[in-house]
Amino acid sequence: MNKSFQPTRRDLVVGATVVSGSLLVGCSLPEVLSLGSKFKPGAFGPFLKFATDGTVTVVSKHIEFGQGNHAGLAAIVAEELDADWSRVLVEQAPANAKLYGNALMGGTQGTGGSSAINNSWTQLRTAGAAAREMFVQAAAKAWSVPAAEIKVVNGVVSHTSGKQAGFGELMADAAKIAPPEAPKLKDPKAFSLIGTDRVRRKDSAAKSNGTARYTQDVSLPEMLVAMVAHAPRFGGKVKSFDDSAAKKVPGVVAVHQIPTGVAVVAKSTWAAKQGRDALRVEWDESKAEKRGSAALLASYRDLASGKAKPPEDKKGGWKSFESRGDAAKAAAGEGALEVTYDFPYLAHATMEPMNCVAMVGKGPTRLVFGSQAPTLDQINTAGIVKALPGSIEIETLFAGGSFGRRANFQSDYATECVHIAKKVGGGRPVKLIWTREDDTRAGYFRPLTHHAVRVTTDAQGFPATWHHRVVTQSIMKGAPPGSPGGDGVDATAVEGAMGSPYLKATPVVDAQLLTPDVGVPVLWWRSVGATHTAFVMEHTIDQLARRAGQDPVAYRRAIYAKAGAKRHIAVLDLAAEKAGWSTPAPAGWTRGVAVHESFGSVVAQVAEVKIENGQPKVGRVVTAIDCGTPISPDQIAAQMEGGTCYGLSAALFGAITLTDGVVDQGNFDTYRVLRNSEAPTVETYIVPSTAPPTGVGEPGTPVIGPAVANAILALTGQPTLSQPMVKA
Amino acid sequence: MATTVDVNGRPLNVNSPPDTPLLWVLRDELGLTGTKYGCGIAQCGACTVLADGQPIRACQTPISAVGAAKITTIEGLGGTHPVQQAWVKLDVPQCGYCQSGQIMSAVALLAQTPKPDDAAITGAMEGNICRCGAYQRIRAAIKEAAAAPAAAPVSAPAKA
Repeated sequence: MNKSFQPTRRDLVVGATVVSGSLLVGCSLPEVLSLGSKFKPGAFGPFLKFATDGTVTVVSKHIEFGQGNHAGLAAIVAEELDADWSRVLVEQAPANAKLYGNALMGGTQGTGGSSAINNSWTQLRTAGAAAREMFVQAAAKAWSVPAAEIKVVNGVVSHTSGKQAGFGELMADAAKIAPPEAPKLKDPKAFSLIGTDRVRRKDSAAKSNGTARYTQDVSLPEMLVAMVAHAPRFGGKVKSFDDSAAKKVPGVVAVHQIPTGVAVVAKSTWAAKQGRDALRVEWDESKAEKRGSAALLASYRDLASGKAKPPEDKKGGWKSFESRGDAAKAAAGEGALEVTYDFPYLAHATMEPMNCVAMVGKGPTRLVFGSQAPTLDQINTAGIVKALPGSIEIETLFAGGSFGRRANFQSDYATECVHIAKKVGGGRPVKLIWTREDDTRAGYFRPLTHHAVRVTTDAQGFPATWHHRVVTQSIMKGAPPGSPGGDGVDATAVEGAMGSPYLKATPVVDAQLLTPDVGVPVLWWRSVGATHTAFVMEHTIDQLARRAGQDPVAYRRAIYAKAGAKRHIAVLDLAAEKAGWSTPAPAGWTRGVAVHESFGSVVAQVAEVKIENGQPKVGRVVTAIDCGTPISPDQIAAQMEGGTCYGLSAALFGAITLTDGVVDQGNFDTYRVLRNSEAPTVETYIVPSTAPPTGVGEPGTPVIGPAVANAILALTGQPTLSQPMVKA
Repeated sequence: MATTVDVNGRPLNVNSPPDTPLLWVLRDELGLTGTKYGCGIAQCGACTVLADGQPIRACQTPISAVGAAKITTIEGLGGTHPVQQAWVKLDVPQCGYCQSGQIMSAVALLAQTPKPDDAAITGAMEGNICRCGAYQRIRAAIKEAAAAPAAAPVSAPAKA
């Protein structure tokens, strides 16, 4: 996880808790947030369960929405436990911040910032090693032999005398042993599972035979299905509505006004949709955002160029995120490269549109859905049903993708469902379903962003002064009052530019951020700030290398050496070597390179690109990653493959536009995404490392865009200054 | 207004209104939730099922239009179809939500073209979106399944 990103998320949640009024003196935050929880872990702690049939169940505190963390988390436990990997199962943890908090999210329970493996590393090794010692002690006692003579191999506990037993047989005795507080962890050299190709997904069969359970699939006795009519513009409210036609639709049970619109609840999905579509709603748009994206972008350009001044209020001004030397020099200087870049709003467009099941009014409030940030969802739900956050039960299911969408400060779609379930009452389950159009138009987009960069170079062609302006909405401004984001620099807006080795190696730097207030909800989107900063930094560097007449790989290597960026050099060299950078590209193809660090990992890619039917076609993409200790090489490769597609989809096609405040796109016919034949062939090479593991879910996403743009620059001499590259 | 539909080799009575898309009949009324909703306008392929072996988008097929066609859903493949085995062997799924549809499209492709070339794979799979970007493995798994011993017939009776 990017270091600059941690305190903001942590402080955010502290802020949220202060707001919810439940911060108690003398208790840790996770303790406070778990008050009211009835959940109790078993004898082997919160992360491990054993069964008499010999299976071992690892309890994952992190949601699985594709990133493969369930396999990685289970492997960490299995390694220290010396379990039989084929008999290891994975189960999703309930919501409980005290037991399942994420140390990289201030101890709240949540999955994000590519932190699942990183924050669990020592915790799960310890859990596995502790259980192993409990089994060894239990066997020693049962067999009356010294513990030192007992081995555990592949789930079998054995003694030199020939006595042996499985975990299932020893389970009852082992449960009586007090868990050691500081069990001995393995020397990483002794790892036999971690880092091998044996660490494969545990959910592939369920996800290939239709039995994997998603929110969309939940069916409960008496359950109702809800759909909601939302305002066409962000900030619009219900003025009045006519539900007479909706109520005539067979199967429609009731219509309720809720804070976000008008909800139709029905006995089936189809009835709910027909009922919702039959509503006539008048909206109060007096406070709605009515600006279009073109006008917003034009205003961002004027702000970045200095043609327009930001509002004079104290929070609205420019903020420096990196500064060195004489700022006046950075603004002036002869012969500078001056470029600007535009990035549109982006929807996450998960395959499973947002949805949630909630039960309110009888017993504890209960939610069943793909909860990415259970603690936030508990806090936000608690505010509606007036209960302790910890008492809100959440059963987390597989989610059909998230890419950041399912974790936000308002728990937008989850609280919408809670509001409806509260109106329905009696604890009756309500499943809220958003259509694709509802999902695309609901906001929480990657922010519209503009960068203006001016770089002068020294006699050798390396950056001498770097002037950088970023205009974008602040994601952290969406945080509850009391959280930072409005006061200091919102790191999520500039991470990747801030701290870049290129800035580090430049003697004079003046880099500033401006975050105007816009009424369009924005959110992190797979790789967050890097979705635009990586493009700006990497594409600018290639333009500078070209001006200096230098090879892009050699040019980068020289700057990294100045900046002491050894991991960047390692991935760059590995990718260049595997891609055959020093040899000509295959006939008809042009190579482009890019390197970026995010979420603690550094990724280099060399992409082979050609122009086909007027648009970029990406073929082979050689990827090198340093993500610390690799847990599952296969899933690291899967994330590089998928992350590359996700980034390429956005770079080539992704754009949410607004006309007078109304989102123009609705479905995949207007929000174009990457399809099968447009996907590149990604090869992944992992830099060997014994450092603690770092992220892989996001770091594969931001590198492909600039790698492709750099190939096009090499091919045509033209820089790519706005996205998407393929205009609608 | 009960209708009978043949799903996975079993005639089943359904009571949904005739304009109800097959997708919601399968999911809400018959409890066959392996078939997914992704877009509702036949753009993403998550709802792909087979009608007499041909891939169709269940979200755009009203139940009244199904008639006597034999419908096969992901549940009807039984879990050990060569395509499913290839999917598991290569760990194709990530979030997994689109994979029922991907698999049904692949099954139909291989039934028609047992040894598909790249163009045939593109032709069959271009309508199935995967936002996780598992495309590379999807193509590899189709080739893997094509190399496996003869695929089972797609409309074989199986448990619903």
